[in-house]
Amino acid sequence: MTITVENVEKRFPLPGKEGFTVLEDISFAVNDGDFVTVMGESGCGKSTLLNLISGLLPLTAGDIRVDGERVKGPDPSRALLFQQPSLLPWLNVEENIIFGCRIRGEKDDLKMRSRQLIDIMGLTGFEKVYPHELSLGMAQRVCLARALIGHPKILLLDEPFAALDTINRSHLQEELIEFWMVEKFSAVLVTHDVDEAILMGTKVVLLGGRPCRIIETYEVNLNYPRDITGRSFFLLRSAILKKLKDSFSATTHWRDPQ
Amino acid sequence: MGILKRFFSRKSTDLRFLQKGKWFAGRGYYSLAGLGIFILLWVAIGYLLFTRPGYEHFSGFLPLPTLNALYHLLLDPDFWRSVYASLRRVVAGIFIALLIGIPLGLLIGFYVKLRLITYTPIQFLRMISPLSWMPIAMLIFHSFEAAIYFLITMATVWPIILNTAHGVTLVNIQWLNMARNQGAKDYQLLSHIVLPASIPYILTSLRLALGVAWIVLVPAEFLGISSGLGYLINDARDTLEYDRLMAVVIAIGIVGFVLDGSIELIQRAFHWG
Repeated sequence: MTITVENVEKRFPLPGKEGFTVLEDISFAVNDGDFVTVMGESGCGKSTLLNLISGLLPLTAGDIRVDGERVKGPDPSRALLFQQPSLLPWLNVEENIIFGCRIRGEKDDLKMRSRQLIDIMGLTGFEKVYPHELSLGMAQRVCLARALIGHPKILLLDEPFAALDTINRSHLQEELIEFWMVEKFSAVLVTHDVDEAILMGTKVVLLGGRPCRIIETYEVNLNYPRDITGRSFFLLRSAILKKLKDSFSATTHWRDPQ
Repeated sequence: MGILKRFFSRKSTDLRFLQKGKWFAGRGYYSLAGLGIFILLWVAIGYLLFTRPGYEHFSGFLPLPTLNALYHLLLDPDFWRSVYASLRRVVAGIFIALLIGIPLGLLIGFYVKLRLITYTPIQFLRMISPLSWMPIAMLIFHSFEAAIYFLITMATVWPIILNTAHGVTLVNIQWLNMARNQGAKDYQLLSHIVLPASIPYILTSLRLALGVAWIVLVPAEFLGISSGLGYLINDARDTLEYDRLMAVVIAIGIVGFVLDGSIELIQRAFHWG
C-alpha cells in the first residue's frame, strides 16, 4: 500500500492562544513495500506524525491518503507499534498476541498463526506467561507479534526499540527487516537514532525545527543486511548529522543571541 | 474469559505466591504478637475497671467469662441463625449497590461530562449518614428487611461508584490507543480494556463497602428487628447477660475480619502490574 502525506499540519489547542503548531507543511510519500524511517530530535513531533497516519489523531490541515483513500480513523490494516510495550497485564502472551483478532472476530487458523509468530519471535515456551514476568525485549517481541498477526498492509513503528539494550535492539532490528522482506508490507519507523534510521530505511526523512518541517529526504541504496561499519553508511551518517546540526543552529535563537 | 482463567489456574503466578507465602509467614508472627498485646490490654483495662466496688456485676466483660460465653454461643443454633440473617442483609445490600454502582462508575469514569454533572450530588449524598435514612426507609418499605437492604445499599453504593470511576480514569491510555488501533469499537473498549483494568479498583471499593456495611448493620439491627447480630446485642443487654453481650461483640469482629480477609485474598489474585 502507498501512503501519501500532503501539506500536513497539526496544531494542538492551548488556552487563550491560537494553539501550538507541532508539524507544518509535511509532505512525503511511502511507496508500496517501502521502509521509510523518519528521523528527528526528541519531542519534535515524530510520534504525532505517526499517530496522524494511524488515524488516532485528527489532522489540522492537509491530507493523508492510503492507496488514494483519505485516513478517517484507526484501522487494523495500519498496525501501530508503541515505544513502550502496551501489553494487557490480565492476558498471557498468547492471549495478548491474538487480542486484536479476538476483537475483530477473526478466527481462521488463529491457533496456527499465533504458533508461527511465537516461534519466529523466539517466544516458544512463554505462551502462558503473563507480561509482568517478561523482560522489556520479550514484551516488545510480543507487541510485534500482536501487530503482525493480522497481516497488516502497513506497519507504523514509534521508536519501538528505543528502550531496549544494544543487543536486544540489533536482534529485533534484524528480525523485523527479515520479516518485512518476506511479508512486503510498507513501514514507517520513527526514531531519533541515526544509525537505526540508516540501518533500516529505504528512505530517510529528516525532520527538524519548530514547528517541525522536513529538512531533507535521503534515498538509501544499500543492500540488507547493512554493514554499519561500511564506507557508504559512514558517509550518509555524516551527511545527515551535519544537516541536522546546521538546521539546529539555524532555528535555535535562544541558544545563540547573535 | 482470560481473567477468570488466570484466577482459577494461577499457574504463572505460583512463583509470586510462594514469595508472598514467605513474607506472610513473617507477618504471621507479628499478627500473633498484635493479638497478644490486644488481649493483655483487654485483661488489664477490664480488671482495672470492673473489679472496683460497685462494678462487680459487669465482670462479664472480662476475657474469661466472655470466652466462655463465646464458646456457648458457637454451640447455639440461634447464634448461627443470627449470623446468617446479618450476612444475608449485608450481601443483599452490597449486591444491589454493586449492580447500581459498577455500571454507573464505569460510565462516570469514561465520560468526562457525566463525571462533572454527577460530582456534586454524589459528594453531597455520600456525606449523609446512612442511618439518617432509617425513618424514611421505614415509611417507604413495609418490612424491616427491605428497609435494612435499602440502608446498606445507601451506605455502600457511593464508595463503589467513586472507586470504580477513579479506576476508569487511571486506565493506561496506551491500552486504549492500542485497542483502537486493533479495531476495537467503543463498547469493546469498555468490556475488553476498561472493565478488566478497573477490577482491582472495584475490589478495593468492595472491601470499603463491606467495612461500611458491617458497621451500619449493627445499629440498623437495633431498630425493631428480631434477628441478626445487632439484635443479639440488644437482647443480651436487656437480659443483663454481659458475658454474652461481649461475646457477640467479639463475634461481630471475627466475622467482619474474616469477610475483609477473604476479599483481600481475592484482591491479591487480581492485582496485576
